[in-house]
Amino acid sequence: MHRVRREHHLYNGSSGTFLPVKEGNDAMATVKFDEATRIYPGGETPAVDSLDIDIADGEFLVLVGPSGCGKSTSLRMLAGLEEVNGGKIWIGDRDVTDLSPKDRDVAMVFQNYALYPHMSVADNMGFALKIAGVDKSEIRKRVEEAANILDLTQYLERKPKALSGGQRQRVAMGRAIVRSPQVFLMDEPLSNLDAKLRVQTRTQIASLQRRLGVTTVYVTHDQVEAMTMGDRIALLKDGILQQCATPREMYDKPANLFVAGFIGSPAMNLVAVPATSDGAKFGNHTVKIPREGGAGGSHVVVGVRPEDVELTTNNDGLELTVDVIEELGADAYIYGTPTDSKITLEGGDDNLAKPFIARVDGRKVPEKGSTVYVYPKGEHLHVFDKDSGQRL
Amino acid sequence: MALELTAARPDPALLDLPWRIPLEEWPEDLLAALPRGISRHVVRFVRLSGRVLAIKEIKDDIARREYEMLRNLRRLALPAVEPFAVVSGRVGTDGEPLDACLVTRHLQFSLPYRALYSQSLRKGTATRLIDALAVLLVRLHLTGFWWGDVSLSNTLFRRDAGSFAAYLVDAETGELRSRLSDGQREHDLEIARVNIAGELMDLDAGGLLQEERDPIAISERIVTRYRELWAELTGSELIDDTERWRVDDRIRRLNKLGFDVDELEIMTDVDGASLRIQPKVVDSGHHSRRLLRLTGLDVRENQARRLLNDLEVFSAATDRQGEDEEIVAHDWLAKVYEPVTRGVPRELLAKLEPAEVFHEVLEHRWYLAERAQHDIPITDALADYVAKVLPKKPDERSVLGVDTEELPVVADTGP
Repeated sequence: MHRVRREHHLYNGSSGTFLPVKEGNDAMATVKFDEATRIYPGGETPAVDSLDIDIADGEFLVLVGPSGCGKSTSLRMLAGLEEVNGGKIWIGDRDVTDLSPKDRDVAMVFQNYALYPHMSVADNMGFALKIAGVDKSEIRKRVEEAANILDLTQYLERKPKALSGGQRQRVAMGRAIVRSPQVFLMDEPLSNLDAKLRVQTRTQIASLQRRLGVTTVYVTHDQVEAMTMGDRIALLKDGILQQCATPREMYDKPANLFVAGFIGSPAMNLVAVPATSDGAKFGNHTVKIPREGGAGGSHVVVGVRPEDVELTTNNDGLELTVDVIEELGADAYIYGTPTDSKITLEGGDDNLAKPFIARVDGRKVPEKGSTVYVYPKGEHLHVFDKDSGQRL
Repeated sequence: MALELTAARPDPALLDLPWRIPLEEWPEDLLAALPRGISRHVVRFVRLSGRVLAIKEIKDDIARREYEMLRNLRRLALPAVEPFAVVSGRVGTDGEPLDACLVTRHLQFSLPYRALYSQSLRKGTATRLIDALAVLLVRLHLTGFWWGDVSLSNTLFRRDAGSFAAYLVDAETGELRSRLSDGQREHDLEIARVNIAGELMDLDAGGLLQEERDPIAISERIVTRYRELWAELTGSELIDDTERWRVDDRIRRLNKLGFDVDELEIMTDVDGASLRIQPKVVDSGHHSRRLLRLTGLDVRENQARRLLNDLEVFSAATDRQGEDEEIVAHDWLAKVYEPVTRGVPRELLAKLEPAEVFHEVLEHRWYLAERAQHDIPITDALADYVAKVLPKKPDERSVLGVDTEELPVVADTGP
């Protein structure tokens, strides 16, 4: 893993602040939210409620969740921009809970990525170090190292006008990298980019972070962004951490109904079905569920991802009417409605009826309007307590 | 999807603009100025129903958010550009959806800082711009607005009796809170400092920074000016119980800075020997409100201060200091102010705003008087000013373009 070399001084920056701090920058940049709580003045419920997350040195952690879930507030608590009303925040072995933003050695990336047209690419990347009083040769060295990582070496003396859009974006990243902070913080950095640039930049940021090995906390509302970028994902809702795990684990073992519905696109089908001593009744198909599941009540919620749906036409499973077919070539998605109107699908933030979605072989697509039967394939099912929403 | 127009007072002519074309490709004959400016989005100026509108192409949710934010700022009487509409649901001629557009009204007689630097400048322009930005930032922070992207490019400047008044242009990253923490205010200040330094270094690199001062030194002024003003407006002060006149003194100091005190907290110590005073609610526009009440003239703070001073002089010179000040003000308006501002020929009206012309004529009179070593009547000063000074000034009513390349960050086309 390549790291930008860090010499003599450590310059830090919340959005361009560079103040020397005492610690050597080779200190382990772990981050710890320790029951961290934020209550806004006049607010009844905490915006962030006893958040506990341990972030490893060099890890890329994504905070994700719907708007108002507390993800940005959590990031700002770490940056020192939002007061912490309870608990603590640690960077390495420093308790930073009450430190000013400047003294934390963290850098907010991409708050502003204006490039200056009359300045060379090298000056665009290094000017903030000049403001911080770093000497010329040190600036040059850091700029060259960052340019090397960003593939910009041959453009250093050019003006930004001569660069392509993607290269300009990398110059902006260079501005953050030359600061060599202990932790990078990014708050929806891609939100105002167009779709194409968003995908390009997403990949760039993720691979760059891995090359630099700098601990990074990244906020987004987009679960696809979270899944593709993070080493681990922390999903929040109403200020409460729902689950913090690797993308694979979030996908395969969602801790509760909310996580199950949020992660994955198209979303997991979540159906409340009767539970009997044999298992859960998926239409007339019985699926085995964990034994303790039956205890909670007469119903459980069974979750099945669209790719794990077994589709039959022989009256085995939950009966659906096919409403829409989405052809994808090798596969197709069918969107259906349970024929039994008492059965509805859970999840989603709105009250709209959700379709049951199944991925089927592109060569064996049922017709629109036809009746099909579905049940979860083999082991690939998720069972949740209907009342608590917890995974069983 | 149908084109959707959100506006407080919709102008149907807005629907005639070519919304099916990406903003970048709008025909030049529609534009009020050639596309320029440093912006991360595509921005264009168009002329519509006799006014100039600024149009920015951004994502729908961001456009709506910024539109609402600008409306809130205006409601809170903060100096910001006026939002006009959001146009969404745009579909290109190829059937592909296009980003929404935020439409704001161009602020007349406002100047982007880069335009100021393309003129030959009076000495100290950079510091006067930064002083104006410091006042703006303090006012925004007092109201609980957390800007997030403070810079000279996100600000417009209007002349204000020799100094400048600053207006917020870009509220995209802003948030309104009930109160800002020190960390949040410091964050904005640091962003301001770095951006200003970068912007000035860029002017320097382009050979446009005529002053010899170091961009970094100038940029540090935003921090010192902001801190001074913040301390004066919000700091608490301990005074001896025997010095109660100092309460009045504090209020006067705030008035002098252009602020009214709406709420002042006074607390006595346990032994009652000293008082602690702290302004709790201050409101800018002390002089402009007073002038508005007396004359109906709506001008900026320093202009108002200048006009009120002249009104004082008029009142003393005509020996009417004991009279009802509104009546004296009315006479001053009819006998002094209006003859000057009406004395500007029609073809020169786009040069400067009336109150700024009045300020300049007063300055010019002082200059003539000093040279002649005797008083000069204002009518003579006006005639000389209109003949020799004003025609040489650039038209500033609709300064839109600025002399830099546009640098939108866009996706790579090609492989």
